[in-house]
Amino acid sequence: MTLTELKRGQKAIIKDVSSIHIPLKLLEMGCLPGNYVELVQVAPFADPMYLNINGSHLAIRRETANYILIESTDE
Amino acid sequence: MSKQINVALIGNPNTGKTSVFNALTGLNQKVGNYPGITVEKKEGVCKLSRNLKAHIIDLPGTYSLNASSLDENVVIELLLNKNDKDFPDVAVVISDVENLKRNLLLFTQIKDLEIPAILVINMSDRMAYKGISLDIEYLEEQLKTKIALVSTRKNKGIEDLKTLISNYKALNTEPCLDASVIDKDYFDNLRKAFPNQLLYKLWLVITQDVNFGKVTRNEFDSIEDFKTKSSAELKKLQQKETIKRYQFINDTLKKGQTIDLKTAKDIRIKLDRILTHKVWGYLIFAIILLLIFQAIYDWSSVPMDFIDSTFAALSEWTRSVLPDGIFTSLLGEGIIPGLGGIVIFIPQIAFLFLFISVLEESGYMSRVVFLMDRIMRRFGLSGKSVVPLISGTACAIPAIMATRNIESWKERLITILVTPFTTCSARLPVYLIIIALVIPEGRFLGLSYQALTLMLLYLIGFATAVGSAYLLNKVLKIRSKSFFVIEMPNYKLPLFKNVALTVVEKTKAFVFGAGKIILAISVVLWFLASFGPGENFNNAEQIVTENWASQELTENELQQKIASYKLEHSFIGITGRAIEPAIRPLGYDWKIGIAILSSFAAREVFVGTLATIYSVGSDEEETIKNRMAGEVNPILGGPLFNLASGISLLLFYAFAMQCMSTLAIVKRETNSWKWPILQLVVMSVFAYLVALAAFQILK
Repeated sequence: MTLTELKRGQKAIIKDVSSIHIPLKLLEMGCLPGNYVELVQVAPFADPMYLNINGSHLAIRRETANYILIESTDE
Repeated sequence: MSKQINVALIGNPNTGKTSVFNALTGLNQKVGNYPGITVEKKEGVCKLSRNLKAHIIDLPGTYSLNASSLDENVVIELLLNKNDKDFPDVAVVISDVENLKRNLLLFTQIKDLEIPAILVINMSDRMAYKGISLDIEYLEEQLKTKIALVSTRKNKGIEDLKTLISNYKALNTEPCLDASVIDKDYFDNLRKAFPNQLLYKLWLVITQDVNFGKVTRNEFDSIEDFKTKSSAELKKLQQKETIKRYQFINDTLKKGQTIDLKTAKDIRIKLDRILTHKVWGYLIFAIILLLIFQAIYDWSSVPMDFIDSTFAALSEWTRSVLPDGIFTSLLGEGIIPGLGGIVIFIPQIAFLFLFISVLEESGYMSRVVFLMDRIMRRFGLSGKSVVPLISGTACAIPAIMATRNIESWKERLITILVTPFTTCSARLPVYLIIIALVIPEGRFLGLSYQALTLMLLYLIGFATAVGSAYLLNKVLKIRSKSFFVIEMPNYKLPLFKNVALTVVEKTKAFVFGAGKIILAISVVLWFLASFGPGENFNNAEQIVTENWASQELTENELQQKIASYKLEHSFIGITGRAIEPAIRPLGYDWKIGIAILSSFAAREVFVGTLATIYSVGSDEEETIKNRMAGEVNPILGGPLFNLASGISLLLFYAFAMQCMSTLAIVKRETNSWKWPILQLVVMSVFAYLVALAAFQILK
């Protein structure tokens, strides 16, 4: 599943990021396979998304989140 | 002679880098620009010991050495150029104790350039609060560096840092990561071709133009041959490099840092629940905006009135004390009124920068960006356009520079093009004086008409900016990736020292920058108004005395008539009357025409120009406002500044592109004359038409 399917408060592990569509800057902020991601808050229309990635708090747009694959850790 | 070493402060944004800089240098700092570009260069001096001084540069905040903006590029340009006079003897990398993992990425890159580096772990006062403990000895060993635990808030650790800087020669310069792990074959070839160069440095040179600008150095001429890989491949390798770095950092921190989540407290979540809430978030933002405007209009009016009357008195005093002559006239009628026109800005600019810097420092501005992104995108803007649009209420120049962190070129260009519509502080004196003249006193629902008018003008500015963004978004055919990422920093109580320094520095820069133009224009105007060609000007006294000979005039009245006759036939009068046909349909006379013409250099010149024109030849001590109120429309009769001409003027200033400095900045930031010329023509024509319509309807 992609990051866009994450619900508020949920945590997941990043599986893959499409390096063509994702700028280096986001990777450098910790958006890399193996790191955890948590959806902290969403703006109206669920866009942009306010995330906690590997301890870094940042916001990205939904269209970018489409290129980040995750695996849910919630049982 | 004491020795001086170069120290560069480097760090991620939001790590308190500037606080450390302020703590080290105090007031021994100056702000300038890097040659040829508009990136701010902050430097200062810090005395380390009796015979050692440090020249400290506060480099722009960056997340890594892979630059993606002009500001970040400054950092890499300096670190790659050993011959630069500012090349650091030691790099001080600032990190935030709560974001150590991410901050260390940049640190490992600097280490790999084999520059002596000290790691500052800032905001250490937050460790207990967040349940963080660090094994400093272990971290120093793994990262091959010396660490200073600093808290600028509690004023701790700065002395330790100074000691470490003094002993910079003892620092280990071994790298953290062996660059060849990125791609062994490729790097082996590189090593053969450039046996004397650092591999990581070569790698940075190769990848820079993938991300941003080309790094050009003669020593790397033949590196072109090594660009055998496509940029997609290089990007993959950069991703691999980043993963390798994080592996190293994760391993290091696993042992060196423990976070006890049980004792960790977090105010962020509670605050964010309200401040980024779908309803409360917007409501709070609206209240903050209202507060800012209240400050600009209401609170700053007291010091402004004081400044206005002080300068009027000063001008009068000069003329009464100094002997008559050209110099006195230049001083009293040109320079002092001109200076008054700029000093009067200080209270408002200071208030604006105060609010903006508090909002930025506290971390709240990022929340506004987050809340506004979706809405702004509908108009072709980015959430990050909110910062330029708010800063634009102070001055369009820093606002346009603040667009640099907008990733999408189209969104950034549109922001640059529409920002000058927001009501900058240079428009304020014009608005304030005209509002005071033409809008009646009185209240509506407890708010004065005058304050409401001002607020309406601000709203018109924002609406026009957003509306034209919408049109530009439809018209401009630019394909660019709509990418957006913003850090949501921790909430912090702003440090008084940081805020105060920002306010002082920005106000100073603005006043001196604009002051030079205004002063120059005032002097030129004074000259043009005090001299004139031909018989009419030179024999003014004789002509007027003869013309009015039949009537009994007092000496005073006669002097007034002579002065105004002279003014009409001076250089400025001739020019003014030449353009009068173009502006008469808008309800202006030639004096306003001159003021408008001269304010194409900078809007704030308007009041100064009128002050200069009206004070030439006038004897009485009067404020600018009273002089303007006394002007009579030569054709229609009645006061020159009435509701119709006043509204027309207000609207003209709301829309016209009258600021050479803004045009120059737009040229630099867009790297083309096309956009500033488009702004100048479209905005000014639009302003003329709206002002024309307003006067014709209202008169």
